[in-house]
Amino acid sequence: MKIKFRLNGRLINADIPGGMRLIDLLREDFNLTGTREGCGKGECGACTVLLDGKPVNSCLVLAAQLKGRAMVTIEGLSDGDTLDPVQRAFLEATAVQCGFCSPGLILAAKSLLDKYPDPSEEQIKRAISGNLCRCTGYSKVFKAIKMASETHRNSK
Amino acid sequence: MGLIGKSVIKAGGVERVTGKGTFVADIKLPGMVYCAVIRSPVARGDIIAIDDSSCNRVKGYLGLFTAKSIPGNNVIPIVFRDQPCFAAKRVNYHGEPIGVVAAESKAIAHTALNRIKVTVKELEGLIDPLKAWGHRKIKLYGDDNIFRHSKIRRGDVESAFRECEVIIEDTYTTPYQEHAYIEPQGMVANPLPDGTMEIYGSMQCPFYVREAVAEVLALPLSDVRVIQTSTGGGFGGKEDVPSLVACQAALPACLLKRPVKLIYERDEDMISMSKRHPSWIHYKSGATADGILRAIQAEYIIDGGAYSTLSPVVLFRGTVHSMGPYRCENVHIDSYAVATNKVPCGAFRGFGSPQILFAVESQMDRLAQGLKMDPAEFRRRNLLKTGDTTSFGQKLSWSVGAKETLEKVVEHSGWRNHIPESAGDKRIGYGLSTVFYGVGLGAGGKHLARTGARVMVEPDASVTFSVGTTDMGQGMQTVLAQVVAQELGLPFENIRMMPTDTSRVPDSGPTVASRATTMSGNALIIACEKPRDSILTEASILLKIEKHNVVIDEGIAFDRKDGRLKVTIKEIIKNCFGKRMPLTGDGWYNTPETSWDNETGIGEPYVTYAWASNIVKLAVDTQTGEVEVLKISSAHDVGKAINPAMVECQIEGGVIQGLGFALTEEMMADSKGKLLNPEFSTYIIPTASDVPEIEPIIVEHPYPDGPYGARGFGEQPLMGIAPAVANAVADAVGVRITDLPITAEKIWRALRAK
Ligand code: FES
Ligand code: FES
Repeated sequence: MKIKFRLNGRLINADIPGGMRLIDLLREDFNLTGTREGCGKGECGACTVLLDGKPVNSCLVLAAQLKGRAMVTIEGLSDGDTLDPVQRAFLEATAVQCGFCSPGLILAAKSLLDKYPDPSEEQIKRAISGNLCRCTGYSKVFKAIKMASETHRNSK
Repeated sequence: MGLIGKSVIKAGGVERVTGKGTFVADIKLPGMVYCAVIRSPVARGDIIAIDDSSCNRVKGYLGLFTAKSIPGNNVIPIVFRDQPCFAAKRVNYHGEPIGVVAAESKAIAHTALNRIKVTVKELEGLIDPLKAWGHRKIKLYGDDNIFRHSKIRRGDVESAFRECEVIIEDTYTTPYQEHAYIEPQGMVANPLPDGTMEIYGSMQCPFYVREAVAEVLALPLSDVRVIQTSTGGGFGGKEDVPSLVACQAALPACLLKRPVKLIYERDEDMISMSKRHPSWIHYKSGATADGILRAIQAEYIIDGGAYSTLSPVVLFRGTVHSMGPYRCENVHIDSYAVATNKVPCGAFRGFGSPQILFAVESQMDRLAQGLKMDPAEFRRRNLLKTGDTTSFGQKLSWSVGAKETLEKVVEHSGWRNHIPESAGDKRIGYGLSTVFYGVGLGAGGKHLARTGARVMVEPDASVTFSVGTTDMGQGMQTVLAQVVAQELGLPFENIRMMPTDTSRVPDSGPTVASRATTMSGNALIIACEKPRDSILTEASILLKIEKHNVVIDEGIAFDRKDGRLKVTIKEIIKNCFGKRMPLTGDGWYNTPETSWDNETGIGEPYVTYAWASNIVKLAVDTQTGEVEVLKISSAHDVGKAINPAMVECQIEGGVIQGLGFALTEEMMADSKGKLLNPEFSTYIIPTASDVPEIEPIIVEHPYPDGPYGARGFGEQPLMGIAPAVANAVADAVGVRITDLPITAEKIWRALRAK
């Protein structure tokens, strides 16, 4: 099946086998391995990507569903060597331990901040509650998202 | 001490947040083969046949590999040698590996897996450890199905109980806890043309993996090279079991002479990998009227599963920790690791101590209640302090910060200040726990208590170092880079840790027991001696001062007495190279001696101990039994925090894992030993929505033999949370839950029964 979509800003024409999962397309065909597989069942959020700005679990989405849409993966977030403020905040707040969950958490946070630049604690918790992290205990992740939100506001 | 105690940003952090770190699943090699593991459908039985004839028509199917294909010994060596790589005749647990299929793609491997016909004659199995113990007919291990019996005998328990004002006796149980690292297990085996084998994978202990692969493939250790890839969490779950995964990939790789990749599915991982031992504890303790803990008698049983794996050493640690961090002169402990027909249990953060500490700390509160004494005050009267002798007879000559951790959490938590806060159906409660943790392998793993390191300074003042311990997320890489930078007077950015690889340093034992910072830190300080000496010597020449007056820090060498006299370390190093001075060093660190008498339980089991106190504040809904955790204060004596932000993050992460153990996590097995909830939708770990306010508190009583006074503590944050929650529930609504997890239903039932 031939489809067109945007991947990290680039226009892509691809021929995709019908039953292929989005996560496999990214990892196998595009070598975008920052999208991680933790469960393959929509239960951990490690495979989160942004589809038209909204976080989805790429293990549950068929590649064919990309048709005509715009997708951002963790690799598309930084601009060359310049990290996105959310990425920087995760580092500065010590919100990363093993980092297996980090791409998913960062994208979920990014999508939240795009919509609500000044989220409440409740909104933060809800936005990332589908992204499991077994290492950090989440407190420093909350802190990182608040830091990113401040940078975001101050830069305006 | 410029860099020590500074929260520098994680080494390798940029790769993590940009999605670049290479995890094993990201590896692609030309000609790569994929495999899938064939597993036992029953808990106990005899293998009659494994038939792959219907796979032969599957295009891309490459073959079946079983115990019969193994060129070496069919054994995964751990403490004992009872666990096979693949079950040959008898299967002993549901999900036990009996072979692998290999294919050109993952999809084909799974198609083949579905077509394989395994015929097994099912036999009666032993599922309940209390029944397995000494079972007359079914023998899983030795004569009595006991992997290990440990004891502590001290004083005279019987007469001591007669002196007690209050005696509490009860039974406590804890369930399986699943590690739930977010990255599943995986390995890539890459056979090289010269006959050697390279293994890449997610693991804590590359030297264990090397030993197992060498044993199974009949290769000398020199012909197996194991390289750790970025590891997405371990918590003990990647201590011994990666050896199995590695052998499952290495066997087809060796026989097909092609690279093989094996990544576990989540449910497969949860079914077949190790877990925290379920436990059964009978605990009796008593205190005298003046609030002194006088006697402890306990029986502690852990369900080891089908093979001994790490159970003997898990039991050892559990036994040492079975009296809590208190003085007590009359102790009688018997602990047992029992064989059953279930998945082997192994290492999990705390290593046999969280279960028994749940009982210990619940008892402490109940004794205090019996004495009508504040639980903090009761603990204060009994806590170990510097100069005391432990219940196992070890004199603690330094660095016991237990009491300070207690005072800190009491001060920070608003301890028992709950009267005005209760509202409606909700009751507020506060619960306390004080725990300790023997750092390092101790007497249970004495022969492995050493570690190597290597440091190489390059002409441009960049530095690489190698150690034999691993970073699985806990932050070892960063902390060790801080140590090297500090020792060599260079900026942190100049230092790079090489991936842990068995070919870089000698066998350094496992990365477990919170030992990496202390052990590798010490080995690195030794490894830095030679290059550091060259730098100081050359600096003294350039500065024209005596060597002992040279100070090096963050890339500059200067005169201790006259800060204006400076030279850059870059220049010094250039000169050192010009003069062919040594700028490479090796380090080897052995711990001080430990000891343990298995008959009496007396000795010096660990070189040092970390100490901690936790206070949980929560609200219980008296109508539903639901618990809302409001705040957790957690104070830890870590000796010295080399990177305080990372110490805090370890505390927060461990506390939340402990909260899961306390409230929701429970892997269940049916009566046939099959695990029932091997997925994140039914095995419930904490999410962001479950996180209360957490206040991590760092206490520093330096450990004289540790790098800059530091000692390991990474496991400890999990260990005291469950009893603190149980104590808080009791404080809030007056019911005592003695079996984990503490669910709303259990509280509700207990409230109704009141
Ligand atoms: S891998 Fe997609 S949600 Fe876990
Ligand atoms: S940092 Fe390891 S799972 Fe989140």
